[in-house]
Amino acid sequence: MQRRSFGQMIGAGAAISALPSLARQAQAADPLKVGFIYLGPVGDFGWTYQHDGARKEAVAKYGDAIKTTIVENVPEGPDSEKVIADLANSGHKLIFTTSFGYMNYTLNVAKRFPGVFFEHATGYKRAANVSTYNIRFYQARYVQGVIAGKLSKSGVAGYVGSIPVPEVVQGMNAFLLGMQSINPKATLKFIMVNSWYDPPKEADATKALIDQGCDIITQHTDSPAPLQAAASRGIKGFGQSTDMAKFADTTQLTASVDLWGPYYIKRIGDVLAGTWKSTDTWGGFDSGLLGMSPFTNMPADVAALAASTEADIKSGKNKVFVGPLVDQAGASKLAAGAVMDDGALSGMQWLVQGIQGKLG
Amino acid sequence: MDIVINLLVSVMAASTPLLLAATGELVVEKVAVLNLGVEGMMLMGAIAGFAVAHETGSLPLALLAAIFAGMALSLLFAFLTLTLQANQTATGLALTIFGRGFSALVGAGYVGISAPTLPHIHIPVLSDIPVLGQILFSYDPLIYLALALLAFVAWFLSKTHAGLIMRAIGDQHDAAHVLGYKVIRIRYLAVLFGGAMAGLAGAYMSLAYTPLWAQDMIAGRGWVALALVTFAAWRPFWLLIGAWLFGAMMYLSLYVQGLGVPVPSAFLSAVPYIGTVVVLVLISRDSRRIRLHRPAMLGRAFQAGN
Repeated sequence: MQRRSFGQMIGAGAAISALPSLARQAQAADPLKVGFIYLGPVGDFGWTYQHDGARKEAVAKYGDAIKTTIVENVPEGPDSEKVIADLANSGHKLIFTTSFGYMNYTLNVAKRFPGVFFEHATGYKRAANVSTYNIRFYQARYVQGVIAGKLSKSGVAGYVGSIPVPEVVQGMNAFLLGMQSINPKATLKFIMVNSWYDPPKEADATKALIDQGCDIITQHTDSPAPLQAAASRGIKGFGQSTDMAKFADTTQLTASVDLWGPYYIKRIGDVLAGTWKSTDTWGGFDSGLLGMSPFTNMPADVAALAASTEADIKSGKNKVFVGPLVDQAGASKLAAGAVMDDGALSGMQWLVQGIQGKLG
Repeated sequence: MDIVINLLVSVMAASTPLLLAATGELVVEKVAVLNLGVEGMMLMGAIAGFAVAHETGSLPLALLAAIFAGMALSLLFAFLTLTLQANQTATGLALTIFGRGFSALVGAGYVGISAPTLPHIHIPVLSDIPVLGQILFSYDPLIYLALALLAFVAWFLSKTHAGLIMRAIGDQHDAAHVLGYKVIRIRYLAVLFGGAMAGLAGAYMSLAYTPLWAQDMIAGRGWVALALVTFAAWRPFWLLIGAWLFGAMMYLSLYVQGLGVPVPSAFLSAVPYIGTVVVLVLISRDSRRIRLHRPAMLGRAFQAGN
């Protein structure tokens, strides 16, 4: 594995010319070179950490047949295009770009390198050599909501959000729908911190929500700071992307866990076998891409209910976004009994009734 | 009432790192040295404190390490600008860039792990008084230390002979030199004090505020501290007001979102900066007063014999 930081590749006047020689070291068995572009550090204990864990699973599976390169801390902007192109230039035949903001840059590079396969996480634009893959995070959010409905005394939960993109909107809506399935009067407050990873700000947002009467906290940001802040106020919360229990073992109720491993193993296998095709994957509990860490710090009956809710979603019995759904203004968004289709879901930009606050 | 108490507690925590760093920079600027490396020194303090807390489990050691890390970086600054007479602005900026990069490098292995947290004090009887106990006697020790240090610096600068010498050096270093005062040596000490305070401020972020290390976690607080010194017109009392004000705005900009005020969150994120600038400009718009308090030699190099 080669590890580079974004700063090494792009930083203030760094010698980019040094890179090709790094990457063109001859390999005896000519393994498949696989590149990974990461948004955060591999140790963020959230989003990037889970991607890197999945990469390690693939390395364990294929051993010497593949050689992986990671680039950490790549901002979601024009600079990312250079980093992706560098990987393509240096013989990487399969490149995973693991955040939404790399979408257009991935496509630009893909046009220039038709012989290289690209995998873009959470985006919606594809090409002959660009696949997209994503997880139905909202399914886990619904389970969290059910737990919150059982445990919240005030009936008000707090959501530490990042940026109001559809994925976050789905999360808020699914959480409150889960909560309202137990307590129809439940409401949700949210604060967007305008970042995926800013621990001090995430902590401040958590405190602000608790100060406003939220007695259970969930987060759509990647650091354990909200859980730590909740712990300092004696409030329970949910981990994000990965099991964060070690940061707040008496505070975390459960965590949504992103499991990219099976997907990475399959897609790398496809390239090795010469059967890679451009696809669109959006998997939930049933695909093995999404899981939940153990249900802790809650009564046994709540844990049992959470487990059965998870099982119902996994089996398809519970589709989460099922009508009647009503938005904040009281307008009907989905007729009774109807199931929201993936198109409407992936572009979701409205909030269900009971969420306080507007999408900025 | 609970809401008001919680607000106060949150605002005090948000303003403390600013207050610590700004108090240090105030002393530095009083002897007419401008060190723009506060952000970098804070980052070094944050990672040094966090790393030592994680490795040893000892918070006193961690705070000492943070202080030394800040001082080490400020010593580099002092050597370059005071001994070698390098340009202070450029050197300070370089120090911040260096501190950001170096802290990220050192901190690479410390991302996503936990360390002991600075506990909140609990004084028997006093902390248990309803309301007052929570407002006055329930913080972590660094909050009290920050206030005490500011009071000490205010007293030291205005009431002691040593403080008078420092101000003299800031206003007229040649005259101070002729009178026999060691201009360079005193500036070295002031810069080191500034580094120690910035290091401590950084440690506050990584050990008390969010007990985590994250790259660039100071997130501009060093620059805010620098701005506060100028806008407070080098007066300690106004520094305190400015730090509280900024801390309050930083916290309230998030708080307001939770209330569902229909303002874009991106704008609310900018409010603390805009608001603090506006208010501090208003309180310091008297240019005579600024001239009166501004160290006349600020940013100028001194060489004995000139």
